[in-house]
Amino acid sequence: MIEKLSLYLQYPFVRYAIIVGILISLCSSLLGVTLVLKRFSFIGDGLSHVAFGAMAIAAVFNLTNEMLIVLPITVLSAVLLLRTGQNTRIKGDSAIAMISVGAMALGYLIMNIFSTSSNLSGDVCSTLFGSTSILTLTEREVILCAVLSALVVLIFILFYNKIFAVTFDEAFAKATGTAVDRYNLLIAVITAVIIVLAMNLVGSLLISALVIFPALSAMRLFGSFKKVTICSAVISVVCAASGIIISILAGTPVGSTIVAVDILAFALCFIIGKATGATKE
Amino acid sequence: MALLTVKNLSVGYDGQPVVSDLNFSVNSGDYLCIVGENGSGKTTLMKTLLGLREPLSGQIIPGDGLKRNEIGYLPQQTVVQKDFPASVREIVISGFQGRTGLRPFYNREEKQQAEENMRRMGIAEHADQCYRELSGGQQQRVLLARALCATRKILLLDEPVSGLDPKVTDEMYSLIRSLNNDGISIIMISHDLAAASRYASHILHIGDRVFFGTKDEWLADSRKSLKEAL
Repeated sequence: MIEKLSLYLQYPFVRYAIIVGILISLCSSLLGVTLVLKRFSFIGDGLSHVAFGAMAIAAVFNLTNEMLIVLPITVLSAVLLLRTGQNTRIKGDSAIAMISVGAMALGYLIMNIFSTSSNLSGDVCSTLFGSTSILTLTEREVILCAVLSALVVLIFILFYNKIFAVTFDEAFAKATGTAVDRYNLLIAVITAVIIVLAMNLVGSLLISALVIFPALSAMRLFGSFKKVTICSAVISVVCAASGIIISILAGTPVGSTIVAVDILAFALCFIIGKATGATKE
Repeated sequence: MALLTVKNLSVGYDGQPVVSDLNFSVNSGDYLCIVGENGSGKTTLMKTLLGLREPLSGQIIPGDGLKRNEIGYLPQQTVVQKDFPASVREIVISGFQGRTGLRPFYNREEKQQAEENMRRMGIAEHADQCYRELSGGQQQRVLLARALCATRKILLLDEPVSGLDPKVTDEMYSLIRSLNNDGISIIMISHDLAAASRYASHILHIGDRVFFGTKDEWLADSRKSLKEAL
């Protein structure tokens, strides 16, 4: 098995997949803790559907670089969704559901009407489940992903204390003079960037798993925000790396394999948490 | 000059006033209790004082060099906080956030001050414990220690004793009084008229009858309106 693995590792596309997988799982888990605690678990799902719709538009216009249209649309939706907060008529969960379902339906409709591809359902399937795209990354995409991930991690570290304050108690932070709106905007933009990045890895349907599972697993084990964040990053990276390796060795789809490993990790953390009494319910 | 002066203030939702034409002021060292029936707009008023919502009309004028980031606030607990994974120390020190500006990390002085505030509130031994494992009274002390990190001048408290048992309630009130004795002005929303008449220096009553004055004036006024009613 190790021989088989080292054989595969000689191929650059396998190495790229592992590098990108680790970077994206790291970024998504960092923000995951905040999103889960802010009750925005499903924003990953919602935004990835928006990105799917945007990709359909990009495909219709035959844009060579679809990021130019996908990223701005997704960022805009993220800002709108996270803004809704408390003071709107349509609450957070239904706003996400609306945008998510709407974008998904319109995207599929547009693809269906204007598509030039002969294998439409195959295209849709791979966008949704990210079945192969992580194994077809070019060197340029890997570098782009590395730069963006480094940026996300850097911003997260620099704004860590502010993100904590805004997540734990928005009203207090605002009342005592923190620029809450600015940091919520920052969280929204980073979330959108991560989701567009992650679509390449697991596809839009499975992004939520990447955001939610490591955070929830870590919360079973630890009771401090810092420990939860670090633990969630470690769990996410380990799961993504082993998921990719398993999928290569066993020939299973990459995205679903990673999520399966994440589910396993959650079950493990749940049992350990119960056994050691780390989290009192 | 007063720390806070409120002139002709109206507060409410969607342009509909809940309370209109309020006039009062809070001086350094005052202990003001805001009392009134449920739904009379106490919390809305406090949120407006804190700048969390815009006043419908009128003015809130800070004085004595009071800045936006020098106000401490003890909000009612939210659902999110009940299962939030955070240690006591992390929560307390986040009280400094309003002052750090763009500086990413807390400095040594702030860290020491946070430890000092935890000692002052009697929760130093819980510093590394998770917030959700603490009792209701301990959680309130944590939030109070955080509010102390944000201010040395004025504290706004929204029903600080709701859901606490009588013994813990008394402890909480005497903590708040000791802070007031140290020179911090207090504005507190309360259901508890007995506590208000016991601890407050000034009373703001909103609802059917609007009243602002010292505690003695309020007690006299209450007796008068009671007689009239009889």
